[in-house]
Amino acid sequence: MSLIIAAILVFAAAGLAALPLRRSPKNASLVGACGAVIGAVLGIGGACGILFSGAAEQIRLNWAVPGGSFYCEADAISAFFLLPVLGLVALAAVYGVGYLHGRERSLAGHWFFYNVLAASMALVIIARNGVLFISAWEVMSVASFFLVTIDDEHERVRRAGWTYLVATHLGTAFLFVMFVMLGNASGSMDFDKFSAPAGTAGILFVLALIGFGTKAGLVPLHVWLPEAHPAAPSHVSAVMSGVMIKTGIYGIVRMLVVLGAPAPWWGGVLVAMGIASGILGVMFALAQHDLKRLLAYHSVENIGIITMGLGLGVLGRATNSPAIAALGFAGALLHTINHAVFKGLLFLGAGSVQHAAHTLDIERLGGLMKRMPLTGLTFLIAAAAICGLPPLNGFASEFLVYMSSLSAVSGSHAGAAVGAIAALALIGGLAAACFTKAFGIVFLGEPRTESGAGAHDPSLSMRVPMVTLAALCVVIGATAPLIVSAMAPVLEPLCGTRAGVDAALIQTTISMAWVVIGGFILVAVAIALALYRRRLLRSREVGETGTWDCGYARPTARMQYSASSFAQPITDFFQSVLRTRKHINRPKGLFPAGASLKTHTDDTFTEGIWRPIFCGFGRMFARLHWLQAGSVHLYILYIAITLIVLLIWKLA
Amino acid sequence: MTSWMDMILVLLILPGFVMLGSSRLQACLGALALQGFLMGVLPLVSAESPITARLALLAAATVALKGVTLPKLLEKAMRRAEVRHEVEPFIGFGASILVGIAALAGSFWVSTRLPLPGSTEPSLAVAIALFNIFVGFTLLVTRKVALNQVVGYLVLESGIYIFGMSLALELPLMVELGILLDVFVAVFVMGIMIFHISRAFDHIDTDRLSTLKE
Repeated sequence: MSLIIAAILVFAAAGLAALPLRRSPKNASLVGACGAVIGAVLGIGGACGILFSGAAEQIRLNWAVPGGSFYCEADAISAFFLLPVLGLVALAAVYGVGYLHGRERSLAGHWFFYNVLAASMALVIIARNGVLFISAWEVMSVASFFLVTIDDEHERVRRAGWTYLVATHLGTAFLFVMFVMLGNASGSMDFDKFSAPAGTAGILFVLALIGFGTKAGLVPLHVWLPEAHPAAPSHVSAVMSGVMIKTGIYGIVRMLVVLGAPAPWWGGVLVAMGIASGILGVMFALAQHDLKRLLAYHSVENIGIITMGLGLGVLGRATNSPAIAALGFAGALLHTINHAVFKGLLFLGAGSVQHAAHTLDIERLGGLMKRMPLTGLTFLIAAAAICGLPPLNGFASEFLVYMSSLSAVSGSHAGAAVGAIAALALIGGLAAACFTKAFGIVFLGEPRTESGAGAHDPSLSMRVPMVTLAALCVVIGATAPLIVSAMAPVLEPLCGTRAGVDAALIQTTISMAWVVIGGFILVAVAIALALYRRRLLRSREVGETGTWDCGYARPTARMQYSASSFAQPITDFFQSVLRTRKHINRPKGLFPAGASLKTHTDDTFTEGIWRPIFCGFGRMFARLHWLQAGSVHLYILYIAITLIVLLIWKLA
Repeated sequence: MTSWMDMILVLLILPGFVMLGSSRLQACLGALALQGFLMGVLPLVSAESPITARLALLAAATVALKGVTLPKLLEKAMRRAEVRHEVEPFIGFGASILVGIAALAGSFWVSTRLPLPGSTEPSLAVAIALFNIFVGFTLLVTRKVALNQVVGYLVLESGIYIFGMSLALELPLMVELGILLDVFVAVFVMGIMIFHISRAFDHIDTDRLSTLKE
């Protein structure tokens, strides 16, 4: 515990130390990143200590704020969430030094807010008091807003920041109501004294789901993700998408513990939202042209898988089947870590691509594998992991969710289980298609632009985090059976019981281990064949010749298969949901002068739900515009009248 | 001692009416200086215990700041901006005095409903404090010249000061000095702003500033 508190203090100190370094972006980067790494190492040490000893530690200090107390506790769940948060914060900070290198503008503010974000995320995870939690939550939101808007000279970035700020504050409003209700009912804002009064537990759950779901990015509350992630610098996108949105998942998990025994419909709602997020997230990802926007939609998809796991866990607990509960929760929690690892890596990879080729438009990229072999390889590993291919880490957690729903099929909530299985299968297939598109178009083929042709692997400080994360993908995948069989202490407060949890986990890990071993054998065979091919070719002449070299007089890179054409069969199939707009200028005649195709996929939820709602509010408030006459005198008069009326009303 | 205090409190009504009824800025600033001087003396006469060094220091600071420095500062701003008169306020000077009378009556009524803690009798200090707050608000709302708005702000603040003094004589010295410093800085900033506004727009008519709104 003291190590975790020390980590938060180190973050705060490093942030403050970076603040005066306005003149020297280089020193600001150095101070900010060093602080982030040192703090993260301390915090990971503390979290590991708690996970290994199994004993929760707490600290309780008085705080002058009404209802507030500085009450923090690090239990197994907190420690489990702290690991990916702090780990990715440190790696992304190292990456950020290289990524931001050479910027003329001051980075003092950036590193200040980066460390504030790190400190507030850690505090959110260990806070056990409503006021403290909400404060840390707000600091986290505001710090990430400033990180997103670092390039605020672009109108696109300002709009993205604004969307994010509105979304996150609306979400917090729901959390505020939830904590006030809980605090009123139990007479204290401390989590350990919270007890949901009879009949309101359902309302509290819905409030938590909306409030935390907005941060996590559940459909239809996800609309800020595809705006904010592409706007932010890549290492910030990695932290935000990899771990910050997980604080939303953490919030839901924590409320499940606080609220105690759940009702079955909670599980149903969670599974349904998970299915919607998963399928819609990956569908919209397929239709994107911007690499980071595509990744942002994949975050929605993965949050969907996590939520499905949580929902199955809740169903299992509500129906007293510890096996279903244990597997569902284990899948959700493990996927939280796994998604942090591979999504962090994907965003870092996208950042390297942008750094080298100066664009993230998939249609303008290509042929980067030969020029950036390391970025390409790590991106490939992450892409395989996110598709849930064994033996990488994404497989292990999705496997757990599968197993949980398979064991629930014969139970009383078969509908949810079958839905989850079907959704997982569909998501898996679409994700594979989507990453085949992303990796194939960006890294294979020939470069489509000159800057793409001159691209090269990034500097050392950017390579180290990518390689580390890629190694983690493999290591977690290989050791997943061991990790899962040791997860019982983390799952116990969620499942409500320890009985049956260990047995279910160990039984599943055996079959999981066989698949992992099989996966490794396949990879080994592939590597062996590749080596054999190389040996066979060593003694022979290998010639190179142009692609499409038969019949075309002047082949160009623009003749390659494009991302849109690759995804077109699938996006056409889901046209009713995606509503892709196409502007086609078909070639005419025998010697067409020109032809073009533009496709644009807006977020159906932004356009269909949120824009009409916000426009409606805008029109409503426009009617009050006469109050805003622009005269200082009138404004003071309003204040004076209000005060006098209040005074007279109170006295009379 | 209380009779002295009552007398000074009654005297504090006077500058309020002067400011409401006068179109000449010079007269307003004079009234402001008088008010500042009276407020400085107030803690000395209202003390039930003998005058301590602390109280004397506070009184001296108040007189120096509110009675001398701030009016002088504003006078300088007035000369620089070259405005001498409040022209066409939103409410005329006669009507302003009527508003002042209504405010005075209202203050006395409120003070009967708002006795100080520890006593049942209505306090004159509360009535005067509220009157000054109302006068400050009236000046802020109705006057167009920025300088007069600063005066309104200061009167408003004086009302709060009197209210605080009637509640607890022994306000910590640091708090009092903090308030004084706040006001000083605020007026300083306003003075600079008025000067710059008049340089940029050739007038310090806040009414016409509203053309700057979007």
